[in-house]
Amino acid sequence: MENFLPNKMRVCDTTGLPVCLEAERFIKLNAVAAVVSLLIGALAGITVALTRWEVVRFVSDLTYYRVLTFHGLNMLIFWIIFMEIAILYFAGTTLLKSRLASPALAWVGFILMAGGALAVNITILQGKGDVLMTSYPPLAADPVFYGGIVSFAVGTLIAVINFFLCIYIARRDRTYKGSVPLVVFGAIAAAIIAVLTLLHGAAIMVPTFLASLGIGWGSVSDIDPAVYRLVWWGLGHPSQQINVAAHVAVWYLLATLTTGARPLSQSVCRVAFVLYILFINLASAHHLLVDPGVSAEWKMWNTSYALYLAVLASMIHGFTVPASVEIAMRKKGFNEGLFGWLKAAPWKDPGFSAMFLSLFIFGFGGGVTGVTLGTHQINIIAHNTLRIPGHFHMTVAGGTSLAFMGLAYYVVPLIWRREYPVKALCRLQPYIFALGLSMMAIGMVAAGMHGAPRRTPLSGVEGAGPWLALLGIGGVVTFTGVLIFVLTTVVAVFFGKSNKGGPIEGWQDMERMKSNLALITSDWQPSKTGLKAKGTVALVLLFMAWFAVYYFANWKALADVWHVR
Amino acid sequence: MAEATTQDEGPPPGTIQKILDNPWLLLVLGIVIPTLSYTVWGLVEWFLLKPAELP
Repeated sequence: MENFLPNKMRVCDTTGLPVCLEAERFIKLNAVAAVVSLLIGALAGITVALTRWEVVRFVSDLTYYRVLTFHGLNMLIFWIIFMEIAILYFAGTTLLKSRLASPALAWVGFILMAGGALAVNITILQGKGDVLMTSYPPLAADPVFYGGIVSFAVGTLIAVINFFLCIYIARRDRTYKGSVPLVVFGAIAAAIIAVLTLLHGAAIMVPTFLASLGIGWGSVSDIDPAVYRLVWWGLGHPSQQINVAAHVAVWYLLATLTTGARPLSQSVCRVAFVLYILFINLASAHHLLVDPGVSAEWKMWNTSYALYLAVLASMIHGFTVPASVEIAMRKKGFNEGLFGWLKAAPWKDPGFSAMFLSLFIFGFGGGVTGVTLGTHQINIIAHNTLRIPGHFHMTVAGGTSLAFMGLAYYVVPLIWRREYPVKALCRLQPYIFALGLSMMAIGMVAAGMHGAPRRTPLSGVEGAGPWLALLGIGGVVTFTGVLIFVLTTVVAVFFGKSNKGGPIEGWQDMERMKSNLALITSDWQPSKTGLKAKGTVALVLLFMAWFAVYYFANWKALADVWHVR
Repeated sequence: MAEATTQDEGPPPGTIQKILDNPWLLLVLGIVIPTLSYTVWGLVEWFLLKPAELP
């Protein structure tokens, strides 16, 4: 039973799903704010990359810190979280055939978020917030900087509460039967992680804001850095774990939309999301692995034993997503050999290529480096080097941003009901972005292995020069990928060909789209097809071999610098 | 759309499924477990930290 108010819904001409018009407005508003943040964050990003490229040295040292602060906040916080709120409103309404719980709350949340982001950005550009994203005391920024972050966080919390209210009224009004869909379950996981994140944000940023006004602690420089770092990273790292849960949900959605895939096991996928909810936020402790104030027991429990349960969850998703695609492709007749399904996959569909490349970069790059760097002993040779940004560019930019870009190639035609222009360029875009990002991240990791530090424009580290050049060149290619995405999306939204009254044009030929739709609308079970995901198992073995080589090579590197006699 | 986005009625849910279907329980667990393991434990260690003696 649907619960839409009169004249407040429409039926999607492509999927047949009901779309709440109030929710649609806020999906659009948050998505636009996200893309604006992505564009300005990318402009700052290319500036940072060209400054780290030693022969270019694009901006001065002081400007570098300013631009890096701007880049970090816009890319890691504003772009990602605006987009996630758009996903929550989509998952909490359209996928549950339910209405937006409170348009008033959605307005309040959006205004606080947009106002906060604007205040932070203006303060940084005025030179009153050169404290980097982490704003560690005793570094102090203008009160407007902290106030803006608090405003953004409160707005996000209100939007998340609105999402939970959507879940509540959908359950109350029985708009769906049985369990919530898997994509919605993933969104719930992201929202729960967001609540924990925002509570930590409030616990540290509100007192810091008050201290910047001379209330409470006295001044920002009086705050104990050890306590600040402990609580701040309860905000800083989990904010990126919201991304992980959200982009995994997007993987499942895109796998379905682009190939007709169906999860191999609903229960296993859901348990993996629960492992995220319970354990992934402990990863915050990685940032304190060289801090003297907390014990080795605390560090090892939080970064190893307990966190490996969240790593297990990522490995489950990393298997089930491509395996579900493989089974769907084999069922459609692409059943030749080990990788015939992969060769025949819809690589010209940017929704699929973005999803698969995101999965590959996140797992083979971000996942392997993350687990390795999070090992207490190995961390000592990597902490505060460029290896760390190398890792998180592969998770956040290569994993989350690329998945969200792939989602946009479906959201714009379905929600805005306008088609993308220059489709050939759109088809290339995920490859350009993935290539540039991989070059950039490899450059960072390799330069970091030579000892190049992070968070500084300092150069001259022996052996790092060529890798910093790769970082710079990769940055240019990545920026090109972002620019193509932003420009084509903006043109699509404002000037794209309307598809109102009919299905979207789609990214695949008619025959492929029909076979996908046949799978999407039929009641088939992957486990009852008799088909095996042999190709994915081979990819998993390759992944495990690569992980073992990288992990133990790092132990060797540790042994080389730390002689035990 | 496929099971990634919809789910049909099936047999009555088991205990695990009931837990998975309760977002409020997951919300409480998702706040309590990381807060105890990371934040509270970390803050307790900080409170118990003895000031270093100057040489």
